[in-house]
Amino acid sequence: MSRMQNAVIASVKTALGWVPAQWLPGGTPDPLIGRSAAIGRQDNRLDGPAKVGGLARFSAEVPLQRLSYAALVYSSIVRGRITRLDTAAAEATPGVILVMTHRNMPRIGLVPLIGVTDLSAVGNSSLPILQDATIRYNGQVVAAVVAETQEQADHAASLIEIDYAAEPGKTRFEEAKTDARTPASILIEKNHVSVGNAERELAAAAHRVDNVYRTPGQNHNAIELHAVTVAWDGDSLVVHDTIQMVASSAKALAKLFGLKKDKVRVLSPFVGGGFGGKGLWDHQVVAVAAAKLAGRPLRLVLSREGVYRIVGGRSPSEQRVALGADADGRFTAIVHTGYSIMPPHGACPEQYSLCTRALYRSKSFEILQRHLDLDIVPNTYMRAPGEAIGTFAVECAVDELAHEMGIDPIELRRRNEPDRHPIHGSPFSQRALIQAYEQGAARFGWVRRQAEPGTLRDGEWRIGLGCASGSFPYARMPGANVRLTLRSDGSATIASSAQEMGMGTATVQVQHAADRLGLPVEAIGFELGDSALPAGPMAGGSSQTVSLAAAIMAASEKLTAELLRLAGNDSPLAGLRAGDVRLLDGGIGAIEDPSRHESYRSILARAARDEIVVDAAGSAPLEMLKFAMHSSSAIFCEVRVSDVTGEIRVERMLGSFDCGTILNPKTAASQFRGGMIMGLGLALTEETLFDERSGRIMNATLADYHIPVHLDVPEIEVMWTGIADPRSPLGARGIGEIGITGVGAAIANAVFNATGKRVRELPITLDKLL
Amino acid sequence: MAIRINGQEVAAPQDARVSLLDLLREQLHLTGTKVGCNQGACGACTVLVDGARVLSCLTLAAQADGRSVTTIEGLGSAEAPHPLQSAFIAHDGFQCGYCTPGQICAAAAMLREIAAGVPSYVTADLTAPALPTRDEIRERMSGNLCRCGAHNGIVDAILRVAEEQAA
Ligand code: FES
Ligand code: FES
Repeated sequence: MSRMQNAVIASVKTALGWVPAQWLPGGTPDPLIGRSAAIGRQDNRLDGPAKVGGLARFSAEVPLQRLSYAALVYSSIVRGRITRLDTAAAEATPGVILVMTHRNMPRIGLVPLIGVTDLSAVGNSSLPILQDATIRYNGQVVAAVVAETQEQADHAASLIEIDYAAEPGKTRFEEAKTDARTPASILIEKNHVSVGNAERELAAAAHRVDNVYRTPGQNHNAIELHAVTVAWDGDSLVVHDTIQMVASSAKALAKLFGLKKDKVRVLSPFVGGGFGGKGLWDHQVVAVAAAKLAGRPLRLVLSREGVYRIVGGRSPSEQRVALGADADGRFTAIVHTGYSIMPPHGACPEQYSLCTRALYRSKSFEILQRHLDLDIVPNTYMRAPGEAIGTFAVECAVDELAHEMGIDPIELRRRNEPDRHPIHGSPFSQRALIQAYEQGAARFGWVRRQAEPGTLRDGEWRIGLGCASGSFPYARMPGANVRLTLRSDGSATIASSAQEMGMGTATVQVQHAADRLGLPVEAIGFELGDSALPAGPMAGGSSQTVSLAAAIMAASEKLTAELLRLAGNDSPLAGLRAGDVRLLDGGIGAIEDPSRHESYRSILARAARDEIVVDAAGSAPLEMLKFAMHSSSAIFCEVRVSDVTGEIRVERMLGSFDCGTILNPKTAASQFRGGMIMGLGLALTEETLFDERSGRIMNATLADYHIPVHLDVPEIEVMWTGIADPRSPLGARGIGEIGITGVGAAIANAVFNATGKRVRELPITLDKLL
Repeated sequence: MAIRINGQEVAAPQDARVSLLDLLREQLHLTGTKVGCNQGACGACTVLVDGARVLSCLTLAAQADGRSVTTIEGLGSAEAPHPLQSAFIAHDGFQCGYCTPGQICAAAAMLREIAAGVPSYVTADLTAPALPTRDEIRERMSGNLCRCGAHNGIVDAILRVAEEQAA
């Protein structure tokens, strides 16, 4: 199938090669670019008062009558079979309503894996869920207990006795390399890229670096635990979830439990942090089945350990990056190959080589990712999947080459800046990475950096400065729907099943709709997080904002046509066509003649209509195929490293971004900083410790997995070019993930600049510096 | 005896295993107090007991018997928000909002700790009164995790309130 996807994408790309740019959606730039009022304003979050007041209701907080509580039991072996399962003591415990195991779990099919072709497929694992006595990874759910209270359920779960017949499992990264798989494609890119003969160019290059970089597994660790509150009513099902894909998870649950689509409603108005981790996993399925068997509404909140056991994180990786350059520093060879885990029952390749295809021009390329198959909970997407760790390897290599050549690393990047996509040859829709570097360097005081490592010091502290590029592709999801309701009082509501997990979804789209419709922000409402609303895009790939924006654009076009029809001949607009007018000042006006204008109120009143409702979907995202569309960034940081202890402190960080139009500087700055802080964790502290002997994660707690805390986080400056992308709705590109990219390398490069030690294995802990 | 929660008397629960956190969330539906780990590692469950910050997940409800508990719902209201609540909005001190009630409750007690002269790991001069500087706030708030990375906004918001209180 992935082979077929490759073929489809390739043929569409070829066909589009002949189409003039202006024929494509986005070919004529969005008229709102450069004509915005509410867009670009620092509006406070609309849901701010609810969130600071503790009134925003998350999925584990929905009160229901006769609610029961569930607790899960996880396997403690990797592979094998359950030979004895004694639930008698648990069942005899006061308050216990049900113990569900593979013996009494309803028979259901497999969850369809996330795919590019079927948008209702959102599973992260295609393994059977409580369907048989087979154990397939350490941590798999083997039983669920339902009781009147959480305390009773937790206690009863501890009384379940299980014996296993263990079989050998695959848990070792190194050993799995012998039968690594080579997938045909990585997402929608062909996996193996071979341009020229990179190995030969490398051998002949005037300057070269060739090293292996290692990154560990990482976990999302959203502070909100995964939780569902489930209620059946006959054959209809309501699931209060915390999920990044409301519409498609409702469809998937309906399919799995043999229900009609309109019988399943998933609600998720607030997601307490997602980062890729809040998808469809086993716990929702177990909760739905257990609620059915128990005949009671049910709440299942995973323990923090439970999240580690059954929700996958970022795959570890081993990446070889080799760069060859001629005497002037122009790249003659780029090699990026490596290994990451992707078991056949998982869906998410860790696409670390994608950044390499877009960042630099080179005479030759050799790019190839290999997948390892282990018996573990499948890895999934985590903030900037692939790019977060791919940029670590590539951007360290660039710094290493610059050092070896004795030139400034920014200058080396400038010399290799591509003028079109280095692999596909397609034009960039917009790219100003070098401008981002120049502005960032000036602001950060890059001149202070000394080329010779270990030059700057302050007492026991060595000081180092580093920089690196970040990169993240633009994506817009097909199938994003909205409903736009315009009322006779001049107010409007936009509804879509979309998600809010901290991006400020409603806040920003209300700003957008205000400008699109010519209304004040106060007159606009935004409803989201409910599968009963028109199916919105998922929150992933930094794509939700533009996907929704395109759907709102489409809705406003439909609305314009409908308003002109209603306005009829008694209106100052009579005779005008959709192309002659725009929505502004609470109504429709002629573009050429501002005196010809009629308000929404007046049009609706004359037509005796209370409201107009239009449903619309965003156009097919063809701009992605015709143009190379990427956000990029220049990350700067200053670290100090103690001579005595090896302790590393990040003193300052600055991110200079080139991400198209910034819709709300306040929420955008927060997203950039948030990504950079996760990058700080990736660089210095975060590591999922996996015991290869037992196949078990050893640090499944927030005390042992170290995410950055307040004292670790310096003041972070962010800035942006703000240049609109002429090919995207609003001129915007995604901003949710770019922030983390490049940060690992910027910090590693700063540590090298401080100490002269090159650490190529994350996280850079102090023991690696002593 | 009883627990006073946001000014209201509540009977201590029958089941001795019930934590203060679960009493608040599951029995009283005061769900502004959040849960991120149930192990004392994240700070999301921070509430005030007799004005001091405690982790309600590590506190049995029975231990609060006879004491006065303030949760985010009792700290301020939509009509009369606590200055920290307003400052968090103005400085964008949150994204998903899940760690936020814990951050705000912790900050309220933390500012009182500084005012009372309690030193911290970063207090340079133990003989001089502690001041609510950026570093002091960062150190003292480090028990409250935020995965969205709202740290800068949180510290800015707290600094603003500290300055207002000093003025
Ligand atoms: S829930 Fe209490 S500290 Fe995490
Ligand atoms: S705002 Fe999401 S965890 Fe802090």
